[in-house]
Amino acid sequence: MAKKLLIGFIAVVVSLWFLTPVVLIVFASLTPSSDFYDPHKLFPTKLTLDHLYKLFVVLDGWRATLNSLQVAGLSIGLSFLVGLPAGFALTRYVFPGKNAFRLSILLTRSFPMMIIAVPLVVLYLKIGISDTLTGVALAHTSMILPFVVLITSSILSGISVEYEEAGMIFGLSRFGAFLKITLPLALPGLAASAIFAFIMSWNEVFIASVLTLINRTLPAHILNTAMTSPDYFKFAAGTVMALPAMVFIFFTRKYLMSMWGISLK
Amino acid sequence: MVYRKDIVPFLLLLPTLAYLVLFLGYPLVQTFILAFTSDKGALGNFQQLMSTGEFWKTLKNTLLITGVVVPLQLVLALLLALFVNMRFKGYTIVLYIISIPLALSDVSAALMSYSIFAPMGYLNKFLLNLGFIEQPIYFFGFMFQTREFWVIVLTEVWRATPLVFVIILAGLQAVNREYLEAADIFGFSAWQKFRKIIFPILKPSILSALLIRTLFAFQIFGVVWLLAGRDIPILAGEAFYWQTEVNNAHMASAYALIIALVSLIISWAYITFLKPTQGSTA
Repeated sequence: MAKKLLIGFIAVVVSLWFLTPVVLIVFASLTPSSDFYDPHKLFPTKLTLDHLYKLFVVLDGWRATLNSLQVAGLSIGLSFLVGLPAGFALTRYVFPGKNAFRLSILLTRSFPMMIIAVPLVVLYLKIGISDTLTGVALAHTSMILPFVVLITSSILSGISVEYEEAGMIFGLSRFGAFLKITLPLALPGLAASAIFAFIMSWNEVFIASVLTLINRTLPAHILNTAMTSPDYFKFAAGTVMALPAMVFIFFTRKYLMSMWGISLK
Repeated sequence: MVYRKDIVPFLLLLPTLAYLVLFLGYPLVQTFILAFTSDKGALGNFQQLMSTGEFWKTLKNTLLITGVVVPLQLVLALLLALFVNMRFKGYTIVLYIISIPLALSDVSAALMSYSIFAPMGYLNKFLLNLGFIEQPIYFFGFMFQTREFWVIVLTEVWRATPLVFVIILAGLQAVNREYLEAADIFGFSAWQKFRKIIFPILKPSILSALLIRTLFAFQIFGVVWLLAGRDIPILAGEAFYWQTEVNNAHMASAYALIIALVSLIISWAYITFLKPTQGSTA
């Protein structure tokens, strides 16, 4: 009994430790400034959407959010388009150099991605895509692509090749069998990895800040304006940055282990 | 067109390879070129870098943050993983809560920290209301660098411990319960079980978690930049500063190159340490 109580106590403490900052910033973003700056009011007397409204409408957060979504969408699309075939090749074919390829993809995970930002500025100026969302998306793709290759190969290897072979006996081509049989089976896993890819891009701040000036993504916009903005902006911004990530991780919690495991193995 | 079957996998890999060469390989080469060109010869940027005390301070801060944060995270993550792995009733809820910071950006985490430690933040208000303090405690600002440092450490520990936790927990799940039952029969204490059975099996997971966390901690940017600005200069922050505020891509590249170089050394060190253990546990 005492042991059960102790476990319960630790569980509560751990949960509070991880939840409190998240709850507090959501609270702070809804607290009217007058209440926030009143040292005697620990809890707000009323809640307001003013700060979120100001962040989105007055301070251009809305455009930055749309930019972020666009960049994430583009990078996810591109990295799956480029990476899915490689993931497929890694699971379904035996070929010389396979291990070397897998290893070098793995090694890119320990490569400090941020350092590609500076030379890309120079390159983008030359080819005329400086300060564009496309430019940021191209850079984010190189960050997401290795992850997509590894995760798709792991997901596809979980789907027996025999289904594909059965399909081919009934007259499907190799590609057709992949499209009609394997892909639908892999879809939940692929969707989860797309969500992870989304979070990688949504959260990335260094590359996005270096590559853009006017067309900022949300984290870049926040990083470059937050410290000169009033506190409520910071809280509203922190909340907006956090919410989608939390919703998404809720839907992918089943895949949590395998996702993080795969990127590190 | 006739193509042999064994060419297919290479065709499938080609787009990925091409992309990585173009958007990873090429920028890397360019970083070298940018870093080693200046008005004062090939080493001009590095000479300028070393000439002020600023660089050593920057390197020291980055190493210090990494050195404090990573061990703390490891210990906490290990304890958390052992705890959750007891699989008590409702452990999945705790698991979900712990994994929330995994999806949070450093920007978000920094701003959460700010909401707590700001002059009128929750901590100060809490202490003021309880009458513990008369005036708010200031955690931010050039005069309070030590406090800023610890707030950064706390934020990083809060934000990134879950990553270590998830890796270690995955490793723990590979521990065969029968080993532990056998140990019970032989009367092992909890500590002996951990030391003799769990830890050796866990070692590869711990090492890879350590590697990835050390590398990421070394690239720390958002949290420091938002909470301390350049009060506490760090490598990535200086690269950012030289690029966006001074508009000097050469100096920025020099800093970037140093990040890459140290990352390489860290990876190499871990892999060298990793190898013998892999041999002995395999």
